[in-house]
Amino acid sequence: MSQFRAHSVLPGFNLALGFTLLYLSLIVLIPLSALFVKTAALGWGGFWEVATGDRVLASLRVTFLTSFVAAVLNAFFGLVVAWVLVRYSFPGKRIVDALVDLPFALPTAVAGIVLATLYAPNGWIGHHFAAHDIKVAYTPLGIVVALTFIGLPFVVRTVQPVLADVEAEVEEAAASLGAGRWDVFRRVIFPAIYPALLTGFALAFARAIGEYGSVIFIAGNMPYISEIAPLLIVAKLEQYDYAGATAIAVLMLLISFALLLAINGLQWWSGRRRAR
Amino acid sequence: MSITIENLSKQFGDHKALDDINLEVNSGELLALLGPSGCGKTTLLRIIGGMEVANSGRLLFHGEDVEQRDARERNVGFVFQHYALFRHMTVFENVAFGIRVKPRKQRPSEAEIKRRVHELLNLVQLDWLHDRYPAQLSGGQRQRIALARALAVEPKILLLDEPFGALDARVRKELRRWLRRLHDELHITSVFVTHDQEEALEVADRVVVMNKGRIEQAGTPDEVYAAPSTPFVYQFIGNVNLFHSRDHAPWSEQHGDAVAYVRPHDIDIGATPQDGNALPVEVKLVRAIGSVVRVEVAVDASSEFIEIELSRERFDAAPLASGDKVFIRPRQFRVFESGEQHELSAA
Repeated sequence: MSQFRAHSVLPGFNLALGFTLLYLSLIVLIPLSALFVKTAALGWGGFWEVATGDRVLASLRVTFLTSFVAAVLNAFFGLVVAWVLVRYSFPGKRIVDALVDLPFALPTAVAGIVLATLYAPNGWIGHHFAAHDIKVAYTPLGIVVALTFIGLPFVVRTVQPVLADVEAEVEEAAASLGAGRWDVFRRVIFPAIYPALLTGFALAFARAIGEYGSVIFIAGNMPYISEIAPLLIVAKLEQYDYAGATAIAVLMLLISFALLLAINGLQWWSGRRRAR
Repeated sequence: MSITIENLSKQFGDHKALDDINLEVNSGELLALLGPSGCGKTTLLRIIGGMEVANSGRLLFHGEDVEQRDARERNVGFVFQHYALFRHMTVFENVAFGIRVKPRKQRPSEAEIKRRVHELLNLVQLDWLHDRYPAQLSGGQRQRIALARALAVEPKILLLDEPFGALDARVRKELRRWLRRLHDELHITSVFVTHDQEEALEVADRVVVMNKGRIEQAGTPDEVYAAPSTPFVYQFIGNVNLFHSRDHAPWSEQHGDAVAYVRPHDIDIGATPQDGNALPVEVKLVRAIGSVVRVEVAVDASSEFIEIELSRERFDAAPLASGDKVFIRPRQFRVFESGEQHELSAA
């Protein structure tokens, strides 16, 4: 073990590592392995049957697709919000800054109900869409709206400090070298904030995949169309099909893990390019 | 390219950063803006560079009005105190930046970019670092890269904002000699800002001393040191002793309430009073510092110390020890009183 021990101001490498492992085991690893143990009761055949069921596949597609779209939207608009909060000063800026965190604090069910009411065909916002024959609430579009709401703070809060760290001087240097606004953003600012933006995107994405409370109120939950995988898990639980529920959970877990691993890999790769 | 500044003023809220500045920077000259922090020198530099806009006045490059031109259109190279290098780019890419962002039609081929960047890196003697990242370089190296980057766009004017301010004393000294040599090679009209008088006097062709948003004096390093035109310049450049007519009556009783400014090396020490201008003092402290000997004397116990610098030769000819009673006499001094100035030479 001693070859891992670097000099550090914090004492007790052994103790700290032991604590880390114990804590992770209690909080993350044991519950997750219980999931696998429960699923194992189905056997490969049973698992495969659940995993390839039409309704399950449809719900997974809805979950990951809407989560991805919402995370992309958040990455873009979250960047804009972070930009405005960092670069400009205007009256009420602190209030706007505080508002960003609201989706963290609001019970997700409340958010779901409010959004569903607003975006329903007769709601304040929904009737404008309805006039153009676009239905938002009770469709996958509604799910995207809810997930965008949930995920916004992740992008803003990860990008904001990094953006604030980009010195104005660097931009001035680029401008004095003849770079236009777009060049300054593309070549100077974006590469600096890109890792943080990717982190924010991954967090918003991961959060959206697991989201349940807000979505079920606005989604309409029609099987094959707007039914998300977490809802299917709950449905199975209500039918006392515990193994089936955990099978879907394991499936989601594996896909999420693969995606997050890929995003981390992308980040590691870009980080390596920078600090070679 | 020459720079002409006419009646330029800049206001930040209630604070007058620049107050009616008039200045001519000759083509090919290396000019230093010297002053204490907050005197407006950096603001002036940033206005020339197009990063700040003046409230009133005119700014001309080679007789052409450039106020309406953006920083990117002024063809000015800017070097920042804290380098402002692009952290995610290699040294090579940093230097190539200005060439790569040119409009497609003016952009040279990749081979030409490569040739030019390596030429610039050779000029700053750092070609061997071309594939490193800024974080891997020392401060002095970073600043040289920043200079190479600024030169890549072939600017007609080079502006440097406290370029050596963040470096340690030895690197500073080395780098400013190097900058002087580089300027002699390239002859780009250059303006650099500094609060270090030694740096300004050593490097610049001409020094502009600023204080509180105004120009106090503009002249060659020799002029501003030997013939300061205001009390501020006297005090800011080099050491100076102040003689108040009330306290040191024998020297300037004919001038009423006035202050005489005397450089430490412009004072003679003698065992006897040679004329009426001599002042009886007591030696308080003698310190030999390299080639000079610093002697501190006082008129009486309550008065401020007067600092005198003697060459070692002079000191050895007539050694002093603390407690000696001697007479001092200025070879050269200058009296300033309420707005009026008298230059007196007691030769």
